[in-house]
Amino acid sequence: MWKCSALALVLVWAGAAALTAQSPKYGVGRPATPEEIRDLGAAIAPDGGGLPEGSGSVAEGRAVFAARCARCHGPKGEGAVGATLVGGQGTLGTPRPLKTVGSFWPYATTVWDYINRAMPFDEPGLLKPPEVYAVVAYILNLNSIIGDEGVMDARSLPKVKMPNRDGFVADPRPDVGNAK
Amino acid sequence: MKHFGRSSRRRLLQMGAAMGGGLLAGQQKVLAWDTPGKLGTPLGPYGERSPFEKAVRWRRESGTPETGSSFTPLQDSVGTLTPSSLHYERHHAGIPTIDPAKHRLVVHGMVDRPLSMTVAEIRRLPSVTRTLVLECGGNSASEWAARTGPDVQRSYGLASCSEWTGVPLSLVLAEVGVRPGAAWVIAEGADACRMERSIPLAKAMDDILLAYGQNGEAIRPAQGYPLRLIIPGWEGNTSVKWLHSLKLTDQAYMARDETAKYSDLMPDGKTRIFTYQMEAKSVITFPSGGQTMPGRGLYELTGLAWSGRGRIERVEITTDGGRSWVNAQLQEPRLPIAFTRFRLPWRFDGRDAVIASRATDESGYIQPTREALVAVRGTNSIYHFNGIKYWTVKADGTVTNVEV
Ligand code: HEC
Repeated sequence: MWKCSALALVLVWAGAAALTAQSPKYGVGRPATPEEIRDLGAAIAPDGGGLPEGSGSVAEGRAVFAARCARCHGPKGEGAVGATLVGGQGTLGTPRPLKTVGSFWPYATTVWDYINRAMPFDEPGLLKPPEVYAVVAYILNLNSIIGDEGVMDARSLPKVKMPNRDGFVADPRPDVGNAK
Repeated sequence: MKHFGRSSRRRLLQMGAAMGGGLLAGQQKVLAWDTPGKLGTPLGPYGERSPFEKAVRWRRESGTPETGSSFTPLQDSVGTLTPSSLHYERHHAGIPTIDPAKHRLVVHGMVDRPLSMTVAEIRRLPSVTRTLVLECGGNSASEWAARTGPDVQRSYGLASCSEWTGVPLSLVLAEVGVRPGAAWVIAEGADACRMERSIPLAKAMDDILLAYGQNGEAIRPAQGYPLRLIIPGWEGNTSVKWLHSLKLTDQAYMARDETAKYSDLMPDGKTRIFTYQMEAKSVITFPSGGQTMPGRGLYELTGLAWSGRGRIERVEITTDGGRSWVNAQLQEPRLPIAFTRFRLPWRFDGRDAVIASRATDESGYIQPTREALVAVRGTNSIYHFNGIKYWTVKADGTVTNVEV
């Protein structure tokens, strides 16, 4: 869906093709090096693009979580100084919604991307890719999204269908405020 | 120096007497300096405000103080600009200390010529300066459940207005050559959480700035030093601070801060995503919650209005709880997507008064009531509250957020 709207934007920006042919006008800066691009290449696409090699299991993730995450998110992801990571499925349309990785996040790739870039909160970048796969597997397992034997890698992770995958809609505003 | 001081003081005293002795009756002196005839402090390299000025940002206590918000004291603001030192903050992993000599912006992904630039190089490119309001998507979030914000700082203070200087992002995108099929720009900051947002290419080609200047100097560390995006009219979180990477892609990346956060949950359980646009909003800053009217008589009722969609066309004021509305005066020039100061002379006659402001922007959009917003969006959407804010001036002069 977001690819479709993206295509519409491409049509709006039909001049892009013309620009590609041109050479730079100002020529300030230098070509980005492969190393620079690799260092900044942490962003993971929802189709799994950018995911590195490696894999991690639910069991391995349990150990990583206990060592690196439980201190702030509680032993079972129930939340403490850090957010609640588990539960809330079926609550989004109720007066007291509980938004967690399990109940709310549309893509498992986002869980990988976010933990890899931002967690542990006070030591981001600490985990190696297999540990990130493992801890993602564990959090998905705590939310009953994958089984106890689950293993996450660059192929299996994008295939995980998150419970709220179809729960997002485009912005319809202005929806209020045009009449006195 | 001494002589000038004394004589001008005497002159003022005489003026005061001429203007009516009553002015002086209860006062020792008209000039309130502590040290007449003594030298003041020497000139300094970098200015500070008067020690008598106490306005500060407010923030909630937190177990993780590196993530959170600090709110601009709008009740103390005058004019239309926010001092950089009082600009609201919203960080998710603290404020990094960045040496600009070591900082680079890398533009890569679906481009013909991936580019790496230092801040000094970016400063060589043709620049523009714009006065723009920035507002956190979550500003006034507490107002959804009820009118809980006790003062304008805590209920509306995640909005600030600065003069920003930088290079149009469109110019840099032309330099790298955007490939056909690219439709999004994934922006990433160099803070500890490497804040990430997906931005449609059409907006990037329109009016986004790669900003390095704020209010006449380099952007403050808390505002993204040495380089940030400034995205006019969109929720503040998209204006990624400490910018170091722009990746052109064919799809949105569904980052945590555009799916789990900064998305708006509706009563039916569906969630609006990519709700970038900030809508028209206004609030009275005097009199406002927590203040006390010094007495009866004439005052200047004043406040701020702004819209992510352009200029403010009209601000109406009610002092009778919404029964009647009158137009306020608007400070010119009214800049698009900037704070517009509004004013109305108003007489406090010692009776309860329920006051509010209502803004209309150039798109014809009229700031809605809280009730109208809640009827459509419920009370759990957190972001983009722009409802009319009522204050009650009580007979005793106290001002609260509670309606009578
Ligand atoms: C020092 C405390 C701390 C530690 C340790 C920590 N976190 Fe966090 N976590 C936080 C805080 C604080 C936030 C919210 C950050 C923000 O404000 O954006 C957060 C947010 C998250 C979120 C996003 C929640 C949401 O719904 O948006 C996830 C997922 C997460 N952490 C996973 C982890 C994992 C996995 C680990 C271990 C590898 C970990 N955290 C370690 C404090 C911590």
